[in-house]
Amino acid sequence: MNANHERHAVEVQDVTKSFNGRKVVDRLSFVVAPEEIFGLIGPNGAGKTTMIRMMMDIIRPDAGQVSILGKKLGEGTKDVIGYLPEERGMYRKMRVIDSMAYLASLKGMDSKETGERADELLQRVGMAAHRAKKVEELSRGMAQLVEFLTTIMHRPRLLILDEPFANLDPVNVELMKEIIFDLKKQGQAIILSTHRMNDVEELCDRVLMISGGQRVLYGGLAEIKSRFRSDSVILEYGGELGKINGISGTHQHGRYLELILDGKTSPRDILNQLAGQPITVSRFEIATPSLQEIFLRVVKNGQ
Amino acid sequence: MDSKTILILRHEFLQTVRRKSFIIMTLAFPLLALLGLGIYQIVSGLTAPAPVSKTVSVGYVDGVGRFEQYTEQPGVKLVAYPSEEQAKAAMLAGSVDEYLVIPPDYVATGKVVRYTQEQELEAPGEVVAALHSFLLDNLLEEQNPEIKARAKAPLSLEAIRLDQTGNVATNQGGFGAFILPYLFSILLIMAIFSSSGFLLQGLGEEKQNRVMEILLSSVSARQLLTGKVLGLGAAGMVQMAVWIATIGVVAPMASAMIGDLLGTLKVPPSMLVLGIVYFILGYLLYAILMAGVGAISTTPQEGQQLSTLFTMFAVIPLWASAFLIENPGHAVAVVLSLFPLTAPITVMVRLGLAEIPAWQLAASIALLVAFIIALLLVAAKVFRAFLLMYGKRPGLKQILKAMREA
Repeated sequence: MNANHERHAVEVQDVTKSFNGRKVVDRLSFVVAPEEIFGLIGPNGAGKTTMIRMMMDIIRPDAGQVSILGKKLGEGTKDVIGYLPEERGMYRKMRVIDSMAYLASLKGMDSKETGERADELLQRVGMAAHRAKKVEELSRGMAQLVEFLTTIMHRPRLLILDEPFANLDPVNVELMKEIIFDLKKQGQAIILSTHRMNDVEELCDRVLMISGGQRVLYGGLAEIKSRFRSDSVILEYGGELGKINGISGTHQHGRYLELILDGKTSPRDILNQLAGQPITVSRFEIATPSLQEIFLRVVKNGQ
Repeated sequence: MDSKTILILRHEFLQTVRRKSFIIMTLAFPLLALLGLGIYQIVSGLTAPAPVSKTVSVGYVDGVGRFEQYTEQPGVKLVAYPSEEQAKAAMLAGSVDEYLVIPPDYVATGKVVRYTQEQELEAPGEVVAALHSFLLDNLLEEQNPEIKARAKAPLSLEAIRLDQTGNVATNQGGFGAFILPYLFSILLIMAIFSSSGFLLQGLGEEKQNRVMEILLSSVSARQLLTGKVLGLGAAGMVQMAVWIATIGVVAPMASAMIGDLLGTLKVPPSMLVLGIVYFILGYLLYAILMAGVGAISTTPQEGQQLSTLFTMFAVIPLWASAFLIENPGHAVAVVLSLFPLTAPITVMVRLGLAEIPAWQLAASIALLVAFIIALLLVAAKVFRAFLLMYGKRPGLKQILKAMREA
């Protein structure tokens, strides 16, 4: 179903952008594949929004190349992108259905089709009854859902979502995630920019982290996590723990204990030693840091 | 024009015509005009005496001895009395309303004394007119009626202006030729103020509710700018059409009521064409300027303040109109006609006053068009550079930098 399957959804090459002499994006390169959810993360002011705006040709890079679905950036590529900005915008005085139709028609959607499509989407999130209301009459969460639906009205090939889950209740977060997964299955590429690392771990296939406009982390989520795996194991147990050889120290973390290996010992050796001890082991795992911890560690190292 | 520009144009047009303030503004002018006419009618109904149903009878004492005939004048009947005492007694008795004394030296002095019991500002017009006619009729007794009629109304002036070739000029000048261009220029200023106000307000709202980001991720800055300017322009045209239609309806009504004052509204086609050309160019110029102002200002209030800077230029020719009326060919008038910001209004005011040399018109229009094109290019760049800046207004240096770079 995807004619450009072999191509990248997004290809960014050596892009640089400065504002008032300050480099906001600094020789950044990455690709986003179709049918993947791509996490774009980084601390505030890292250059995420600037990079997103450059992908949409709202601002132009000083140097470097951006291409969308193999095409050079331009007015034509705007139509294949759906963008939900962090500070979302809606015409507050317009009716929900009219606002959705107008913004979708600006994305090149046939105006004969917009009404039906809007109704179908509103139906899906159980908001069909609100179609004729003015946007300003909706609750904040509902308005945000409508904005999200407006973003996907014209069936974009590339979806860029900036903090889509902020302000939503858990039910609507699940609903939105469900739709995002559906879109991925249909072959759309989705770029998710968020500070909620749990969501990134749950949704994303690959991640790009930028800090100070530069790429500091890039790759598959599992690969990144294993790269940051520290040489230690996590142990949760009952009873009296005896002496264990081959460790350089321990850290007590509330209910569990972290054993730091000395570098010559493998986790398997530790497990064998534990088997001979008079304790009941309820948890034994190789410590992989959460994305949150990796994020913090990378930002700290950068400074 | 591409389809996205048309979509924006249509959206802006519909949103504007549905605004309450637009509807009020559009209807206010016709309502005010009708109200004005209504008030005029009521006031003139109050001051003008009710049509004289009964003839006023005026006694008179003829000291000269030649005012015996023509005592039946329109609305007034003259009754001769041999002496002043008898005339006074007749008035006190109510058989005449007032009386006159024509003294023996009247022919030399023209002096006539009128006695009345009414307290009045001055003698009622039709009584004076009737006396006028009565005296003339008697004085010119021997002349034929045509001479008498001429003596009563000796001059009915009709001035005709000839052009260089000696033919009757199309523009006859005068009040009728002046009033319409002047009205046009006032309407243009109103249209500039209201449309640019809507443009600023709309941009301000879109910046504040952050729709701008979504718009720019869908269309180019130039499409957005063009669509907005033309959409609001179309709404402005509708407003103008309503206003001009109002003039079309009200002016004949006014002429019928007030007299020939507005009845001379004959506009030569060349003037009408120039009026429309300058109206459209003037609107485009100011709309694009306002869009640029909207892009760099952070709040609608700030936009309003900045825009005053430019709308002042639009008003200068009206301030100077007293001077322009006196000196339509002065160097200052020429400069104001050539300077793009003041040209539309100045030329409209001057059109009705005197012939504007063709070279001035050509230069003025050429400068205006060139300025508008340059402005559109610059404004699109400013638009692109600053529409997404929130909270901080760019300095002049940054704006100039953006114009060079974008």
